[in-house]
Amino acid sequence: MYHIRASFATTHRIFGQLAHDPRTIALIFVVPCILLALFRWLFSDSLSVFDRVAPALLGIFPFVIMFIITSITTLRERTGGTMERLMTLPVGKFDLIIGYMMAFGLLAIIQALLASGLILYGFNLDVAGPHWFLVVMALADALLGTALGLFVSAFARTEFQAVQFMPALVLPQVLIGGLFMPLAQMPDALETLAYFLPLTYAIDALNEVVNYSEVTDNAWRDVLVVTSFIIGALLLAALTLRRRTK
Amino acid sequence: MKQDPAIFASELTVKKAQNTVLNNLTFEVAKGMVTGLIGPSGSGKTTLMRAIVGVQKYKGSLTVLGSAAGNSKLREKIGYVTQAPAIYQDLTVLQNIRYFATLAQAPEGQVAMIIDQMQLAKQSHQLAEHLSGGQKARVSLAVALLGNPELLVLDEPTVGLDPLLRRELWQLFKDLAAQGKTLLVSSHVMDEAEKCDTLLLLRDGRLLWQDSKEELLSATKTTSVQDAFLAAIEKGKN
Repeated sequence: MYHIRASFATTHRIFGQLAHDPRTIALIFVVPCILLALFRWLFSDSLSVFDRVAPALLGIFPFVIMFIITSITTLRERTGGTMERLMTLPVGKFDLIIGYMMAFGLLAIIQALLASGLILYGFNLDVAGPHWFLVVMALADALLGTALGLFVSAFARTEFQAVQFMPALVLPQVLIGGLFMPLAQMPDALETLAYFLPLTYAIDALNEVVNYSEVTDNAWRDVLVVTSFIIGALLLAALTLRRRTK
Repeated sequence: MKQDPAIFASELTVKKAQNTVLNNLTFEVAKGMVTGLIGPSGSGKTTLMRAIVGVQKYKGSLTVLGSAAGNSKLREKIGYVTQAPAIYQDLTVLQNIRYFATLAQAPEGQVAMIIDQMQLAKQSHQLAEHLSGGQKARVSLAVALLGNPELLVLDEPTVGLDPLLRRELWQLFKDLAAQGKTLLVSSHVMDEAEKCDTLLLLRDGRLLWQDSKEELLSATKTTSVQDAFLAAIEKGKN
């Protein structure tokens, strides 16, 4: 009972922090929509390209944004001394981690509803599969970003370093994850590498739902792989949350 | 029968990188008293406090309230105030205290009581980042008192506070001790040492002295802790 309350209190606390920072909330929700609109405008003469790229973007935005927000929020806890204080309290590591996941997961759901609503009803993107799957996948990507952000924040001493993890760890996944070129057309080495990166599966799942009227076995396999990566990153994150320093 | 000490250290050593931060400390902190941990900055006070609250690894033995320091059972029994106020800058005073109250399993009504006690009622809806240094320190102290811990470990809790508030806080520390709580309060200001029941004098990671203030003064034939500290250093050299 205590653990559940501690998790919810942590979620509530993060929302409290965000509520005092409306600009960040606006950026989380508005920026993906503006970028999607920009893409749509860019490809207004070749909408087939937009149709191919847009679903993948639905997965990439929450991943990138939650990665940055989580790594910086966690780093602030570490440098501001609140993490040390938390570690002296009866709260468990996973209570905190789950609190974080719930907070950023909820933000991601709202973000995904806005962005997918824009794509589906604003830009009339033709999606053969169920629309809810887009939101589920966006949520999974957001949780993946949060989990990785929690993990890598342990390796950053400053906020500058934390921000640099984005181009170092996130951009390569975007580049070779199948957004710019189908995996089959990539050089063999890159294709193999792509199969070890979680975002590849997220992008694949989103493409599947666009092309097939039902959620395919492939798409479910992708969900499973992404979920495994989330769990793996969370376990690593828990290991880096050390109660005691040397 | 003598009561068990709140804290008992034996050959306690902490090394960071190649530096010996705490060197073979053996001491006791009695229950229900205010013990001053006095020493210049860099003497190892914070490291010792971190070891006691369970966030610093150590060698040797360190028993806190009957368990080895770092034991998870102790987390409900210790309140810790770090030197820099460890609170969320982007939350209000009330939000900070409420969050930590949940985590510390503070009894109903303690949030309001503690805000009152720390004279933070006027600031309760202000963001912590807009508070003065002294106000932040009081929020941080308020958080440590939540859940009525048996042992309070306070790292320089009165630095930068106005003299009137400092006097009130020391009165609060004494009241808490009178209720049976144990307080370990660090300071580099010698006049604060005068207010403690017993003293631990720390310098360069070594313990120069541990005893009551009266014993210290009579043993060093001095009249102030400041002079006694100097005398203890001189004695240590010989």
